[in-house]
Amino acid sequence: MAQTAARPRRGGGIRRGEARAGVLFVAPAVLLTVVFLVLPIALALWVSLSDWNGFQSPLNPRVNFVGLENYAAVTTDEGLAQQNFGTAVRNNLYYVLFVVPLQTIIALLLAVQVNRAMLRGRGFFRTAFYFPSVTSTVAIVIVFQFLFTASGAINAVIGFFGGEGPNWLNDSTGIFHGLLSTVGVTEPSAALAADGPLGVSWWQWLAGPSVAMSSLIMLSIFTTSGTFMLLFLAGLQNIGAEIDEATRMDGAGPVRKFFSVTLPMLRPTLFTVLTLGLIGSWQVFDQIYVLGGGTAGGTINTPAFLSYRTSFVDLAWGQGAAIAFILFVFIILLTLLQRWILRERTPRAFRRRDPQPTAAADAQRATEGGVR
Amino acid sequence: MLIGSSGDAETQAVQAAADAWGEETGNTVEVIAASDLVQQLGQGFSGNNPPDIFYMPWDQFQSYAAQGFLEPYASELSNAGDFLPALVEQFTYEDEFYCAPKDFSTLGLQINTEAWEAAGLTDADVPTDWDQLATVAQTLTTDEQVGLSFGREYARLGVFMNQAGGALVDGDTATADAAENVEGVEYVQSLIEAGSLKFPQDLEAGWGGEAFGLGKAAMVIEGPWINGAMENDFPERQFISTELPAGPGGPSTYAFSNCWGMPVGSETKDATIDLIEFLTSDEQQLAFADAFGVIPSTESGSAAYAEQFPENAAFVAGVDYAASPVAFQGAAPVFADFNTQLEQVGSADAATLLDALQGNLQSALDAANG
Repeated sequence: MAQTAARPRRGGGIRRGEARAGVLFVAPAVLLTVVFLVLPIALALWVSLSDWNGFQSPLNPRVNFVGLENYAAVTTDEGLAQQNFGTAVRNNLYYVLFVVPLQTIIALLLAVQVNRAMLRGRGFFRTAFYFPSVTSTVAIVIVFQFLFTASGAINAVIGFFGGEGPNWLNDSTGIFHGLLSTVGVTEPSAALAADGPLGVSWWQWLAGPSVAMSSLIMLSIFTTSGTFMLLFLAGLQNIGAEIDEATRMDGAGPVRKFFSVTLPMLRPTLFTVLTLGLIGSWQVFDQIYVLGGGTAGGTINTPAFLSYRTSFVDLAWGQGAAIAFILFVFIILLTLLQRWILRERTPRAFRRRDPQPTAAADAQRATEGGVR
Repeated sequence: MLIGSSGDAETQAVQAAADAWGEETGNTVEVIAASDLVQQLGQGFSGNNPPDIFYMPWDQFQSYAAQGFLEPYASELSNAGDFLPALVEQFTYEDEFYCAPKDFSTLGLQINTEAWEAAGLTDADVPTDWDQLATVAQTLTTDEQVGLSFGREYARLGVFMNQAGGALVDGDTATADAAENVEGVEYVQSLIEAGSLKFPQDLEAGWGGEAFGLGKAAMVIEGPWINGAMENDFPERQFISTELPAGPGGPSTYAFSNCWGMPVGSETKDATIDLIEFLTSDEQQLAFADAFGVIPSTESGSAAYAEQFPENAAFVAGVDYAASPVAFQGAAPVFADFNTQLEQVGSADAATLLDALQGNLQSALDAANG
């Protein structure tokens, strides 16, 4: 009721002109968004549908509309462009599969640890864990390059324990292939050797991240966990002390409390972290760029880097833009999928999975509104 | 002016030349050393703000010319007739001579004289054929150093294919899977297997010259640019450059050149042409040669160079039988892919490796010929 009363009415009265003022106030923001976001995206969409070669404006009259040709070149037309795209998608897929769950779990664990009231020097740990996120990725990649060279610190440690480390950033062996070769499987079966999607054989799809990509996965987890730890920390501090108390009264141990109370209450944060992680890891670019993208037999190439390379180096701007848009659609679809998986379950469904509703679950339901 | 510099020596020399010309003519030239030449060029052209004059790399020239980015000014130069015919051909697209070759480099074999003597080798052992190369590379390989190193890329490995008598392209047909090419790759593989050849990546060096300077490789295959690099980064390194050993198909090396590119419809065309005439004069090219070791692109200049720098005579001698690396429009991604495939060159089957190249090369050729 109060809301209806507050709604500005058109026409006279004390609120006359408010709408116009509102438009005026948002105009700069809208203008900036249109000029720097909407127009470039529209232009890129046009480029992806045209044969623009990178000379002068994409809107000059010599540029022709070619329909979905650029999209077909990387998806359905057999050839190098398709293979490169397929390999890049494969690489990135493994990157996401490893990075997103690991960084989320590590960030959550770190957050729970630095949130404990009993921990001494909490400030120090929070800063220490967050520090890699503040440093530029490029700087960290260069440090990692030194760590991971054949005679670098990592291999020195492995050597100390009597092992022999690989030439990390140049090793293109997929880790699944590597594991298989330890049990003597080095050749694909006929079915796996056949061409799979995007011109890449099934055997190659199943190769796993290469050793070089694995180092990048470690690097990425190292840099992003701190950021997400901070998000989880904020989420954890939203859980009031009274809930802690209630769970303790109900006799729940720390593990039970974590899984039955803390984790469900962190679901909104979890959603944010997973979404940001998913988007970020599909767009991974700077690490690859610093390493040159061509090392390790093309196993660290990603669609984002391929898009850049196709445009700026090979001057196939339309194809580069097409890759970018495919990536865009892909990210949207995956985010929707993830949203659907993490959707709010009805209390009934919730109870069915957990036949004995505990006080903790009740407490969770009671405070749900407040948290969100 | 946008240049892709090989190092400080080159940047300073070009800056000095540009300043000298500017003083003479009253123009100002800002020399920018690109961190990534090809990317910055692409950016300049798409933003409709290309540099007035720039280094045009040999492997991108055909693409740029085919896309209509370049002004075909070269025949208007007063010294247009002085350039080496092979270079004129390299920078000609559809019968039009586009841009003036900046300078010229061939590949040679660099030998670390200290390691050479330590291994008990003499002048008589300087390899002139594949067998001798394999032998000395083996002799020079110790725990600390590998006998031979060169970049893991088409622009080095291709030389071995040519030395075996092969070629990648014959007119409109790709011939990458020819038996001679397989022989070339297999020879390189035999060196890898013997442990006497390692690529710079495996020696923790960015390129062959670095591996050489660090003393991790006793011999490398690089061009005259290695002189400038050694002087700057490893002044202690004593070495000689010799011609590449010949293969069963005869001697072969690659000739690389950049040219002075000018964007199509340049507003400063007249001044730029004047500057390019200045930069490609024998006198100026010999100054560049002195500063960073490249060979002048003109007939008279390269002759004078051979006399003036006897230690680089091997590079000039290579001019006689040098081939230009394959670089037609659309070839760059094919060779980028081939270079990544070469990471497995140690373990891969040579014929399989070249089969893949053959397929990609043929479709790129078909695309280029419309």
